[in-house]
Amino acid sequence: MDFFTIVQIFDSGLRLAIPLLFACLAGLFSERAGIFDIGLEGKILVSAFFAAAVAAMTGSVWLGLLAGVAGSLAFSAVHGVASITFQGNQLISGVALNFLASGLTVLVGEAWFALGGRTPSLFGKGRFTNIDLPFSITKADAEAAGLPLSKMLEQANPIQQVYTELISGHTILVYVGLLLVPLSWFVLYRTRFGLRLRAVGENPAAVDTAGISVIGLRYSAMAIAGTLCGLAGVYLATGLGAGFVKEMSAGRGFIALAALIFAKWKPVPALGATFLFGLLEAIANRYQSIDLGGFVIPVQFMQALPYILTVVILAGFVGKAVGPKAGGVPYVKER
Amino acid sequence: MEKMPKWADVALIPFLNLLIAFVLSGLVILAIGENPVKALQMMISGALGSTYGWGYTLYYATNFIFTGLAVSIAFKAAMFNIGGEGQAMVGGLGVALVCLYIPFPHWSVAILFAMIGGAVFGAAWAAIPAYLQAKRGSHVVITTIMFNFIAASLLNYMLVNILRPKGEMNPQTAGFPDATHLPTLHEMLAPFGIAFSKSAPVNVSLFIALAACVVVYLLIWRSRLGYEIRSFGHSQEASVYAGISPVKITMIAMLLSGGLSGMMSINNTMGEAERLVLNSVEGAGFIGIAVALMGRNHPFGVLLAALLFGFLYQGGSELSLWTKIPRELVIVIQGLVILFTGALDNMVRKPVERVFIAAAKRRAS
Repeated sequence: MDFFTIVQIFDSGLRLAIPLLFACLAGLFSERAGIFDIGLEGKILVSAFFAAAVAAMTGSVWLGLLAGVAGSLAFSAVHGVASITFQGNQLISGVALNFLASGLTVLVGEAWFALGGRTPSLFGKGRFTNIDLPFSITKADAEAAGLPLSKMLEQANPIQQVYTELISGHTILVYVGLLLVPLSWFVLYRTRFGLRLRAVGENPAAVDTAGISVIGLRYSAMAIAGTLCGLAGVYLATGLGAGFVKEMSAGRGFIALAALIFAKWKPVPALGATFLFGLLEAIANRYQSIDLGGFVIPVQFMQALPYILTVVILAGFVGKAVGPKAGGVPYVKER
Repeated sequence: MEKMPKWADVALIPFLNLLIAFVLSGLVILAIGENPVKALQMMISGALGSTYGWGYTLYYATNFIFTGLAVSIAFKAAMFNIGGEGQAMVGGLGVALVCLYIPFPHWSVAILFAMIGGAVFGAAWAAIPAYLQAKRGSHVVITTIMFNFIAASLLNYMLVNILRPKGEMNPQTAGFPDATHLPTLHEMLAPFGIAFSKSAPVNVSLFIALAACVVVYLLIWRSRLGYEIRSFGHSQEASVYAGISPVKITMIAMLLSGGLSGMMSINNTMGEAERLVLNSVEGAGFIGIAVALMGRNHPFGVLLAALLFGFLYQGGSELSLWTKIPRELVIVIQGLVILFTGALDNMVRKPVERVFIAAAKRRAS
């Protein structure tokens, strides 16, 4: 395996990590405010569908983005009403929303496009295009040199390879996702809102006593989670893919949940965890099975690895993962 | 009076919850440009209008009774087992190994061993999340979700790399021997001169599912263990104070739950496919959640809810054959039922409670 292959795997790992990262940060804001969110999967799916559907109908990926985020926000609102206003079981609400998303996207997709649950393929302005950063090797450079782009990259020096392949050439959402990591950290740990949000997930009664609205804080967490999860779906359908296909979230919402536990509900480790899981997926995509000197790791093991790692972390054998204390408990004001 | 009468709690509120879920489902059908009344008629005639329809309805219901009972036992101990899907998958593996590698003289012996095989494998798959919950406090919801995915990978590996016979393209095992063929309802009713559809997959497992309802009822409401499970579910602190071991109850409830999910495979793997195929569970483990919530975690309620979902499943497939409404309609209904009977229960309960209390006050004064 040469250096350029490794760079390529990292590049594909990064692309696959971005939807996980958005969803993981969504879960982070929700769970830090004390609302369990196992409905990430459904929100990604709904957002991916509406983003692709509207982008296909209008030809504008930006309108698609708005539609996708709106769809995810609507689901987030239902989750909020069920778990905050009506003090229902947050896990059951999440499960219900996952099913709703999985059924509705196909039902509506079939009614709108009659393509067996798919949306039409997106092209041109219907997708997010890759951005070539300055000084990277572009298609134009390759044409000028009379070589195919891949060939030219192989011959470039390692720094240029990393820069062009890994750092440059992504859609705007990838950079937005990466910027959201320090931003989330700042909001959570350096603002008054963040302090209150974390407090409401640990001890809502104390927040209430201080005269701050628990309900208001939790609903704003739902809104942030809905928006971020929406971006995960938008990226999936219009950046990573070119249109919506049935069940395209493919368990990513649950891997994001796993990453959240892996990262112990913290934004910077969340980037590490999602990148690790993205990398695992990239490796599993590239190699069917990995031969370690006579011992073959089957591809199915690679696919199951994020889940196995999460169980190990949850079991507390490698550093205990303890979530926010008030997580999953509806807040009932004392009378 | 501080409380509602019992009938309102047991019948009225679930009825109102379901009504909202079904009205919304009707609106969804309307929104995609189809006629909900016609759709309902077509579902009824497709699922209940022939012995063929009934045969499929009861076949699906059999699956859902097992998974619904599984979810409710865990609920009784205040645990949410989302892992029914994975437990049923691994249970299928157990059933397949028993059927493939033990030479049985007769189906009646085979089904006993298959039940044990399915239950042991299903319970084993629930054992690790149960142990981690009991001993290390790892949330059982998250671990069972993770175990669903791990089960899918495990099954995929077993079917592609190990159990697939040479020359077979699809990831599936060889067909089970003839001696393990379970009698279908057609074969069972023929000696009595009752005609029943030959192609419907409903089989003797249905009666085992019905028996399971009775056994679960006796276990939960008429046994010491059941009492311990229920009191643990109501209040962990109080039951610990009463000398009930939380580790023991958590383990037992989850093992029973996983065992029941795994036992489902005598119906779909042994009874219908007669070989283990990929995705043989088809979401039945998840439907168990809706069934348990709708059936208020009572075996009789679970039976009724399983029949309703069997009807929806079969009716939904008929609908997708003759109209433009895809099968996924059932998943939407399932989601709405879980949402309104589970998460949004208070939305209906609180106002109804207020009405009853106000009425009682008026009578008193």
